[in-house]
Amino acid sequence: MVLEWIYDLTYALLKPFKKFLKPNSFAEKAMISIEKVGKGVVFDCQMCGQCILHSTGMVCSMNCPKNLRNGPCGGVRLNGHCEVKPEQTCVWVKIYEGSLASPKYGSEIMWIQPPVDRTLQDSSSWVNLLHGIDQKMKTVWQTQDEKDALEPIFRGSNEKE
Amino acid sequence: MLWNLSLEGQMKKNKSSMSQLEQVLKSGRFAITSELNPPDSADPEDVNRAAMILAGFCDGINAVDASGANCHMSSMSICALLTRVGYEPVYQISCRDRNRIAIQGDILGAAAMGVRNLLCITGDDVSAGDQPGAKPVFDFDSIQLLRTAQMMRDERVFLSGRKITSELPLFLGAAANPFVLPYDWRPKRLAKKIAAGAQFIQTQYCFDVERFREYMRQVRDMGLHEQVYILVGVGPLRSYRAANFMRTKVPGIVIPDEIMDRVKKTPKERQQAEGKKICVEIIQQVREIEGVAGVHIMAYRQEELVTEIVQEAGLLPRR
Ligand code: SF4
Repeated sequence: MVLEWIYDLTYALLKPFKKFLKPNSFAEKAMISIEKVGKGVVFDCQMCGQCILHSTGMVCSMNCPKNLRNGPCGGVRLNGHCEVKPEQTCVWVKIYEGSLASPKYGSEIMWIQPPVDRTLQDSSSWVNLLHGIDQKMKTVWQTQDEKDALEPIFRGSNEKE
Repeated sequence: MLWNLSLEGQMKKNKSSMSQLEQVLKSGRFAITSELNPPDSADPEDVNRAAMILAGFCDGINAVDASGANCHMSSMSICALLTRVGYEPVYQISCRDRNRIAIQGDILGAAAMGVRNLLCITGDDVSAGDQPGAKPVFDFDSIQLLRTAQMMRDERVFLSGRKITSELPLFLGAAANPFVLPYDWRPKRLAKKIAAGAQFIQTQYCFDVERFREYMRQVRDMGLHEQVYILVGVGPLRSYRAANFMRTKVPGIVIPDEIMDRVKKTPKERQQAEGKKICVEIIQQVREIEGVAGVHIMAYRQEELVTEIVQEAGLLPRR
């Protein structure tokens, strides 16, 4: 999917500038504005500061009224619309479809996403990503082994249909 | 089979909890859990009376956490009353009303009172309840809550890494709703829940047995039925009006047209009996499906019916 490709490109472009893109720097402020506008228009980004877009089929999971980051709730309506906001399609129905259409990162939907760090709200997720700030937890949340075990399940059972 | 060995290792790590429900499930007996309708009173007798009926044949009694986002006696206090008299509660925690600090504290407190079963759920949104202006919390989602409880029990730490200074014997459960979209995602979500710590599952009300069969087929293909005990949610429809309300107003409940028609065609005074009959039939059907470990009977404001249902479904004697 083209969005996956843009994600990779952005990462490659920004990485050399890690030194400049420091938390709380002027450069971060600039990044925040760029993300707000860019991701805001494309993804209706909620600026949680710990972006997992590429693990959620390039659909922003923070638009789910319950802020769910690990999958849909049990309230999805028969027409695929949201329990809380009946006028809109369930965000996770879109995420599931987006993930199926994402060859590279799609199966990351199986990862167990950690609780949201609310202190990062409105900060730049690119800066946080480059500096590992979005992954600082004092406990082992999920091992690589477990991710590796879960990922194949995403496409595996689908092939059978 | 797609299930990777390292994940099975993860499952075996789960320690025994001294939960009666766990014992029954491990022994391979068909388990029954039920739900205690939380009172709108401060009278402990309301809880005791309902529990006495259910305890006769249930392996676990769910203390529900303001289901449908309606305010009732809290699940924690119902657990306190139940453990006092030696009943086996299933402590339901929803993510709607409390943040991670409150929830981790409550898990410790519940275990200290003798609660051994935890059911981790997302929870209906506040908009479904009688006080839609309330602030929805959803600090955790159900999978984050499960993983946190698992970590507290197995690693004996809080999320912050701070140590917990005692054992925390818990049998961890989660909910599943095979009846809503995206259907293909539902078994995969179950796999995620198992990895995050779920040892037993209580499903949403099953009225569409065909859909459930299909779900279980996928679950078996993935080998998940050997990793988790699945209890199928069932319950009697009280009347056509009640069925219609559940279908349109309660999030996540799917009732197929055939069942609606069947109740509608029945004269009003016999609708409750018909609802019970449908429930008994569904129990008998799902019982035959490979990978089903028990039933979870939800009889909102009809506890007295649960005894009859269990009897008529041929689930007695229990002990
Ligand atoms: S229906 Fe979908 S978008 Fe709505 S609260 Fe549930 S998971 Fe979130």
